[in-house]
Amino acid sequence: MNDTPVKKIWKSIGTPVLSIVGFAILGQLIEGSTNQYVQLVCLGALANIIFAISLNLVNGFTGQFSIGHAGFMAVGAYVSGYLSTEVVKVPGLFDFFWFAIAGGLVAAAAGYVVGLPSLRLRGDYLAIVTLGFGEIIRVILINTPAVGGARGMGNIPRPVQVEIGEYALTPWYLYFLVAGFFVAISFIVLWRLTHSTHGRAFLSVREDEIAAQAMGIDTTKVKVRAFVISSFFCGISGAVFAHANQYLNPSTFTFTKSVDAIVMVVLGGLGSLTGSVVAAVGITFLMELGLRQVTEMIGIDLRMVIYPLILIFFMILRPQGIFGTKELPDLWRRR
Amino acid sequence: MNILEAKNVTMQFGGLKAVDNFNLTLIQGELAGLIGPNGAGKTTVFNCLTGVYKPTHGTVHLSGVDTEPLKPFQISHLGISRTFQNIRLFKDLTVLENVLIASNQHAKHTMLDSIARLPRHFREEARLRDKAMELLRIFNLEGKSSIESGGLPYGEQRKLEIIRALATDPKVLFLDEPAAGMNHKETEGLMDTIAKIRKDFGLTVLLIEHDMKLVMGICERILVLDHGVTIAQGNPDSIRKDPKVIAAYLGVDEGGH
Repeated sequence: MNDTPVKKIWKSIGTPVLSIVGFAILGQLIEGSTNQYVQLVCLGALANIIFAISLNLVNGFTGQFSIGHAGFMAVGAYVSGYLSTEVVKVPGLFDFFWFAIAGGLVAAAAGYVVGLPSLRLRGDYLAIVTLGFGEIIRVILINTPAVGGARGMGNIPRPVQVEIGEYALTPWYLYFLVAGFFVAISFIVLWRLTHSTHGRAFLSVREDEIAAQAMGIDTTKVKVRAFVISSFFCGISGAVFAHANQYLNPSTFTFTKSVDAIVMVVLGGLGSLTGSVVAAVGITFLMELGLRQVTEMIGIDLRMVIYPLILIFFMILRPQGIFGTKELPDLWRRR
Repeated sequence: MNILEAKNVTMQFGGLKAVDNFNLTLIQGELAGLIGPNGAGKTTVFNCLTGVYKPTHGTVHLSGVDTEPLKPFQISHLGISRTFQNIRLFKDLTVLENVLIASNQHAKHTMLDSIARLPRHFREEARLRDKAMELLRIFNLEGKSSIESGGLPYGEQRKLEIIRALATDPKVLFLDEPAAGMNHKETEGLMDTIAKIRKDFGLTVLLIEHDMKLVMGICERILVLDHGVTIAQGNPDSIRKDPKVIAAYLGVDEGGH
């Protein structure tokens, strides 16, 4: 542990800096080689990555089962969307930064309120409570005129705008960078958390709660903590989602949205962050780019036939998910 | 000095009194055994003392602190640690991770240190890791530190349970049938290990065991439970001769001979 100060700092901020540089290069590549539609799908994929990895903390690492995480995403999306639209008309980079954090914090507060009483419940009971929460949020949004009610909230301005005459433009590339920044931060925070003493507490709860307690782990606190952190990042994913689509509607955040995230987490592997990332990107591209092409070619919308079939075969062939509980670097190390 | 004091502990499940008026005083550094036929309530006593069950009546004091309002994890922080009869390892985690989780309560770095990967994070993680490896070395398991604990042979899983319990830095160690499923030779090895860790770690040990050779061989004091009632208490020799104990284990001759 006799690192030089430079090495100490690098250990702390090295990966975040590198991954943001990575996103800068990736953004250039995507912008140079694809059309606007694909670029929009890429932003959706980024939001889905954060959504999936944050759910994985609860469902994968801590072994609880939430099926209402779309509710937290909705909270983050609407809070940040409202701030961008109503509070400042033309949000700058830092405005967005704080609005996304605000969305995350409100979602985390909601997670605390939902989690504190319900995490004493186990398994199915927790699932039902979270399901109820998700629906409550959706119904509240439908009945709140201030955020557009059932009509939804439109014209959410993207941050980092360039004004040309009377039009405010947002270069896609800049927004991709901002979204990429949040993906990188979310992933790195969750990765560092799960790969530490504190993260092992989550795992112990998943493995055996009674043994964890006997070993001095405050299991209720650990579960609430996982839930709050998870809902915080879910809120962030909502903020990224809201500003990517620039339009929000309560009907986006139904039970189906929660199931989307569960599918990504299970498909990637419960307890594997890199697995969730691969699954989130894979499913988003498959649905929007792959299967839509097929639909256009044959003229019938078979997306919801092909997609479930792929899932069924996948779960039969590899029930533990793409990576199981392993991470991508683990596969490297084995060689 | 009395490190653990249980007074009139009674545990009732509906109409069944699993433990009836159990009294136990453990003196610092002693090695006591708890025996009795199957279903006598031994594990229930353990669960009452470690806070898994809240006793219906009676009190448990650990180093003078009443454990009644405390949760199991707080009781663990006070210095009671235990193993489980039906092995409860964190099966999908590695051997090392199992031990590390038990030392969580001694970690001095916060979650923020870990998220920002500050020097304190690396220092503490390394310290806990060294400590865990040290414990594994005592039990000759250091070579298997990165194996999933569920994949260990049965005897080593029991060993790992003891290691994990020791990693919490306990004052009192409860062993629930540590020799179950072990052969003769393994049991003898275990006896040595228990005697050694007790000396090295300055522990007070209470163990449940069916293997009479082990119990009689290392325990200084033995309590005998039958149907939740303490029927005898004393040194191994007196227990061996106690007619009530013999009756509990072998049955009473109804003819009166």
